[in-house]
Amino acid sequence: MADGPVAEQLLRRLEAADGGLDSAELAAQLGVEHQAVVGAVKSLQALGEVIEAELRSTKRWELTAEGEEMAREGSHEARVFQSVPAEGLAQSELMRLPSGKVGFSKAMSNKWIRVDKSAAEGPRVFRTVEGIDDEVQRRLQLVQGGQAEKLAEKERSELRKRKLLTEVTLKTYWVSKGKAFSTSISKQEAELSPDMISSGSWQNRSFKPYNFAARGVPPDSGHLHPLLKVRSQFRQIFLEMGFTEMPTDNFIESSFWNFDALFQPQQHPARDQHDTFFLRDPAEALQLPMDYVQRVKRTHSQGGYGSQGYKYSWKLDEAKKNLLRTHTTSASARALYRLAQKKPFTPAKYFSIDRVFRNETLDATHLAEFHQIEGVVADHGLNLGHLMGVLREFFTKLAITVPCRNHAAPLQASLQPLHGAQHGGVQLPSRPEEVGGSWELRPLSPRDAAAYGAPGECVGHCLGALAGAPHHDQVRHQQHPGAGGPQGEPADGVRQSPVPPGRGHTQAHAGGRVTRGPAALTSDPTVLMRPP
Amino acid sequence: MNYVLNLAWNLMKLYDLLCLEGLVRGLQVFKERIKAPVYKRVMPNGEIQKLIVTEETGKVRPYAVAAVLRNIKFTKDRYDSFIELQEKLHQNICRKRALVAIGTHDLDTLSGPFTYTAKRPSDIKFKPLNKTKEHTACELMNIYKTDNHLKHYLHIIESKPLYPVIYDSNGVVLSMPPIINGDHSKITVNTKNVFIECTGTDFTKAKIVLDIIVTMFSEYCENQFTVEAVEVAFPNRKSSTFPELAYRREMVRADLINKRVGIRETPQNLAKLLTRMYLKSEVIGDGNQIEIEIPPTRADIIHACDIVEDAAIAYGYNNIQMALPKTYTIANQFPLNKLTELLRVDVAAAGFTEALTFALCSQEDIADKLGLDISATKAVHISNPKTAEFQVARTTLLPGLLKTIAANRKMPLPLKLFEISDIVVKDSSKDVGAKNYRHLCAVYYNKNPGFEIIHGLLDRVMQLLNVPPGEDKGGYVIKASEGPAFFPGRCAEVFARGLSVGKLGVLHPDVITRFELTMPCSSLEINIEPFL
Repeated sequence: MADGPVAEQLLRRLEAADGGLDSAELAAQLGVEHQAVVGAVKSLQALGEVIEAELRSTKRWELTAEGEEMAREGSHEARVFQSVPAEGLAQSELMRLPSGKVGFSKAMSNKWIRVDKSAAEGPRVFRTVEGIDDEVQRRLQLVQGGQAEKLAEKERSELRKRKLLTEVTLKTYWVSKGKAFSTSISKQEAELSPDMISSGSWQNRSFKPYNFAARGVPPDSGHLHPLLKVRSQFRQIFLEMGFTEMPTDNFIESSFWNFDALFQPQQHPARDQHDTFFLRDPAEALQLPMDYVQRVKRTHSQGGYGSQGYKYSWKLDEAKKNLLRTHTTSASARALYRLAQKKPFTPAKYFSIDRVFRNETLDATHLAEFHQIEGVVADHGLNLGHLMGVLREFFTKLAITVPCRNHAAPLQASLQPLHGAQHGGVQLPSRPEEVGGSWELRPLSPRDAAAYGAPGECVGHCLGALAGAPHHDQVRHQQHPGAGGPQGEPADGVRQSPVPPGRGHTQAHAGGRVTRGPAALTSDPTVLMRPP
Repeated sequence: MNYVLNLAWNLMKLYDLLCLEGLVRGLQVFKERIKAPVYKRVMPNGEIQKLIVTEETGKVRPYAVAAVLRNIKFTKDRYDSFIELQEKLHQNICRKRALVAIGTHDLDTLSGPFTYTAKRPSDIKFKPLNKTKEHTACELMNIYKTDNHLKHYLHIIESKPLYPVIYDSNGVVLSMPPIINGDHSKITVNTKNVFIECTGTDFTKAKIVLDIIVTMFSEYCENQFTVEAVEVAFPNRKSSTFPELAYRREMVRADLINKRVGIRETPQNLAKLLTRMYLKSEVIGDGNQIEIEIPPTRADIIHACDIVEDAAIAYGYNNIQMALPKTYTIANQFPLNKLTELLRVDVAAAGFTEALTFALCSQEDIADKLGLDISATKAVHISNPKTAEFQVARTTLLPGLLKTIAANRKMPLPLKLFEISDIVVKDSSKDVGAKNYRHLCAVYYNKNPGFEIIHGLLDRVMQLLNVPPGEDKGGYVIKASEGPAFFPGRCAEVFARGLSVGKLGVLHPDVITRFELTMPCSSLEINIEPFL
């Protein structure tokens, strides 16, 4: 059936009408609100081509509430005139009437009344004419009857100034028959139902059209954190390259493993309270491998294994201090130490990706925690070319073209060779050569990932890595770290390559500070210079 | 033409490149325009200058070394460079004057022998540099508290009973290291003879600093690259002459360099590369042995591997052939991380969104806000956090997730978050006295508490872990429990394979309020390590 009584009426009248009808007129004829007719028009429009409706806007004069009152009961001035009897009325009494004030001045200017100020009981109002013609009321009644056009422009504006009239815009529809006009409209179905399918009734029904411009309902799903997705990707690459994952599930580390075993001198600025979170409780490590500690102590203070050492007084108390690890290299040192205990020596490739901590005040560019990536290769006969080759493969898998030969690549790699570097103190009895050296880059991918903005807090990310570089033929109990210490400062004893042209040393991405400085892969010191 | 020189700050280890003199010299040697100069210590024509170190210095700043630059010719630029180098060394190798402090004096205003001693601050009185009248050391420490430059160095001696001070034979104060020099002996552009003293707590570094200054600026002496010796008498009655200007010889085999770097260069070529790096080298012996002379300017060379690295830099990393190591290894995942990776994907597939929150937090987060006493948490405490946000390592993942919700309150409900990450607790069985545990935490935040939803997630996780429901040995159950963080009667403990692994429940309204939340919330937190 038709969509409600108004729509039904509309269709019937439209059938009889010539051409079409106006929605406002129809509302007047049916004695319903105009809005009800508009609703019926819209619901009929939704059915397709049953009707056609053209939007028209017309301007119309309407009475204000005050105007309606005056149309009904006369203008204020007329009412004042009516209330003055032939014998006159005291002005004060007149003023108390509802129309008194406005009506008095209007009636005065119309010269309908006069005031006798010399009367004995104060000013008195008298009629000056016998009868009056309430022109204002008549005009308002014309407007009320929809005949506003009979008034002159000047008359209308005078009434409008008195706030008796307003001009309103009326939006109406001119409704005409559509191509599929019919007075018997069946209601369209919203959706296909199981009943319709089983009864087959769908064949006789029409269905409401879909609004394909609307958005779908978001799926009810969970999400992985974008930064951790990147972690998974890097992890996958290392696994594809045959690297075994090192355990890194120890945020708390002793200074020994975090610094001393990596040949970082005890006065190194990275060991400063400003840079490293030290612990109050438990303040000190309970156990250290004492035979190894002795070798580390000797190499720091006196040298050994070919190294001059740092020649200072090495203190065990300093090495015992617990901290939140400042790099995952401490975990690599432990892993290599364990490897060295295994006999015979077995070549190894290790990696890790985990959190590290720096004593920072949180702001837009500094976090106290971030992730670090690390890789190590330990074998005989490795060299710097191998380190660069491993890095190239890693970046190729990241779909970043080789950094080592192209400074214009979207990352800045620093290969800090090498020797002796990192992973201090690993005893490799079968004379293997450990690969040391480190690199650090500011890749675009993790930075972008961090910028995706995960819900809530986001731990930053620092892609840094450590890959192998060669060592010595001799058994080394303690190496000295060539490549970077954890705060960008290389451990003493390594001369680094210069910075590539056009790249400054800038702070890194969302993930905390740059951990190792951006040295570069170029040999000619003249590139140190570039025109401003 | 102007150039901008861009040195990575990790290059600052190369002390000989800290001033223009050294940098230019290094570049010219590299470009083979000049031969590396040989620095010589010479005896004066007259009597040698003496510096006597007294026993009292032992408790505050025990070491001193000195040298004289005779007949030096400063210009404005040279003088500025001289001052700047001292400042750079102070900030760098001198560790903000803590390890070494440098004083330079106009020798012609003084009269040796000099005495380096330590006195009570009230007994030291002199006119310090750029002041108009004499002050006692106590007064100076107060005056310099507001000095933006010097206030950073006061702490080095402030708490000591005796302050270090250097006098000449007439009782004139040269300096009160490491704070300020005397005004009497200040150097100017017109100074002819410069007396340089370095005092410190690290003898090796004091000698290096002295060597660097004199090698860099002896270029401007009448007899270029010569430095006049000073005799230093130590309290143990031994005396030595400084600067050391020691040249050391190292032997490195050419095939070792080739093997480490992955290149094939003749010994002659390698010797040439090293010579260009300011390491004068020649082939000796069997034609494969390279003898390298390490000059006093290259304190960074402490090991043969540093020499190999310099050869690689001079050769040019870009010229090194990349290769992949032949190391054959089978990759293994760290089992705990493997389990984590598997679980997090499935928890996300169950409709929860992964968060990544800080491992460090305030005491309040893990204790007060959860209704616990901090001592009950076994938390690891940080001794030197810069802000209260990082007082402890988290002992539970829950606060991080609740803070994440608080930061995302504008998101449509329900909020379903999870995290699988490490928490830290004290554990005296571990070498560092603390241990990580891998936790899984999930929260459901909505208009209703949704216990059944968080319980459903537990059921799903257990299904994934192949732990069936039931009280049997291999199964899991939840049993009514209580905890200060939970609403009474709405908390259960999770037992799996006979072990208590965690809790789930509806959070207590006090907890919800303390995390600035307004809706009911249920949570689950379990340790996943028993499921490995």
